[in-house]
Amino acid sequence: MHNFDFVKPSSIADAVKALSKEGAQALSGGQTLTPTMKQRLAAPTVLVSLTGIDEMKGVCLGEDGLSIGAATPHAVVAKEAAKHYPALAMLAGGIGDPAVRNRGTIGGSLANNDPAACYPAGVLGSGATVVTNRRKIAADDYFQGMFTTALEEGEIITGVTFPIPEKAAYVKFNQPASRFALTAVFVAKFKDGVRVAVTGASNDGVFRWSEAEKALSGHFAASAVEGLSVSSDGMIGDLHGTPAYRANLVKVLTKRAVAAAQ
Amino acid sequence: MTKVTMTVNGKTVSGEVEGRTLLSSFLREGLGLTGTHVGCDTSQCGACVVHLDGKAVKSCTMFAADAAGASVKTIEGMNNPDGSLSVVQQAFQDHHGLQCGFCTPGMVMSSAALLAENPKPTEAEIRHYLEGNICRCTGYHNIVKAVLAASGQDAAAMAAE
Ligand SMILES: Cc1cc2nc3c(=O)[nH]c(=O)nc-3n(C[C@H](O)[C@H](O)[C@H](O)COP(=O)(O)OP(=O)(O)OC[C@H]3O[C@@H](n4cnc5c(N)ncnc54)[C@H](O)[C@@H]3O)c2cc1C
Ligand code: FES
Ligand code: FES
Repeated sequence: MHNFDFVKPSSIADAVKALSKEGAQALSGGQTLTPTMKQRLAAPTVLVSLTGIDEMKGVCLGEDGLSIGAATPHAVVAKEAAKHYPALAMLAGGIGDPAVRNRGTIGGSLANNDPAACYPAGVLGSGATVVTNRRKIAADDYFQGMFTTALEEGEIITGVTFPIPEKAAYVKFNQPASRFALTAVFVAKFKDGVRVAVTGASNDGVFRWSEAEKALSGHFAASAVEGLSVSSDGMIGDLHGTPAYRANLVKVLTKRAVAAAQ
Repeated sequence: MTKVTMTVNGKTVSGEVEGRTLLSSFLREGLGLTGTHVGCDTSQCGACVVHLDGKAVKSCTMFAADAAGASVKTIEGMNNPDGSLSVVQQAFQDHHGLQCGFCTPGMVMSSAALLAENPKPTEAEIRHYLEGNICRCTGYHNIVKAVLAASGQDAAAMAAE
């Protein structure tokens, strides 16, 4: 790993200032960035740790829904979101393993936007809002393809606000070696309609399965998606599963998620 | 180089580190605490698990500078004050929860973290919690037995596999 200067500011303002330096990069839980730096796929000259910023941590229920600070570890979300938004807590509690969950954060996961990551499905499936130091970004505008987001240079996620659905569930088909999702589906039923977000399946990263959303908004039951089919065009193919296998999983997991929704 | 200070196994320690110095390197090379093992160095195996402010973390996936001010516990800090093995360590010995022993420091630290959170875990909960700790020798069965026994439950009742 190339060497760098390490700084740990205690406010968002100081972090943003530190990040304006040439070659500076944010470090949150480090569960993605540290391995990436070891492989020299990233070589920042300054690392700005966000884990010492109290205003970026915690889970809090407000008028707009459940707000989670970007630097909140998965394990804390799993525990503290449980009574307000159980499906989201379950998603957080199923990421990686306990040690990953004690360090990895929601902000890091969303900034990274790994095509097999869990939070992107929870955020897109809930129609959540990604809050940055500059603006608020609707989930539908935030995810822009594999490892690509609406974040600009020097912009950091400070939190995420989730509207709370009537019912929701996240069902993940584990890729047991990496512990990521081979494919996973987040289903959320709101008063005005259903959202279905799929991760792990598409070469374009997380996406909404709009046909299923329409069918489920009419009738919220697993049988409603029975007649639908998912095209394998653009699906990920690797040694763990072919595009057709993943396309099939999308439907199977959507049905399971609808059945499990509470 | 910058100076970092943290508490390790109850003692305040300081050392000079580079930005890129991993917590695992600081513990092993800086402090000579080589009980923390580095198996993969890619965040997969859990051999390097230590407790950071009471929580299990992979010390190969954290910078020493980020642990400044924290309280770290390693396998060297697991024994009882009189030097005897802690309940978890003793259970690993009694139930043959190790063979080569390479994964054992991480297994013990993860198991202790589990028991602190959930004093009477089921077999399924133990297996789930230890997902991030890889052992190439034991087949896990005796490790799970050891953790059950350490929680005061009857390990003999666990189905033999
Ligand atoms: C063994 C293992 C298993 C895993 N399994 C899963 C899984 O099942 N599901 C899953 O979803 N993930 C999984 N992960 C990934 C894990 O959830 C990471 O924690 C997460 O993807 C990144 O979060 P982080 O806080 O560690 O970010 P970091 O690694 O610190 O940062 C990741 C990237 O985001 C940037 N960044 C960080 N925070 C911000 C911010 N607030 N604003 C802007 N940019 C920011 C960084 O500059 C970097 O580019 C796994 C990881 C490991 C090691
Ligand atoms: S050495 Fe840290 S996880 Fe393997
Ligand atoms: S005892 Fe050898 S790796 Fe676990």
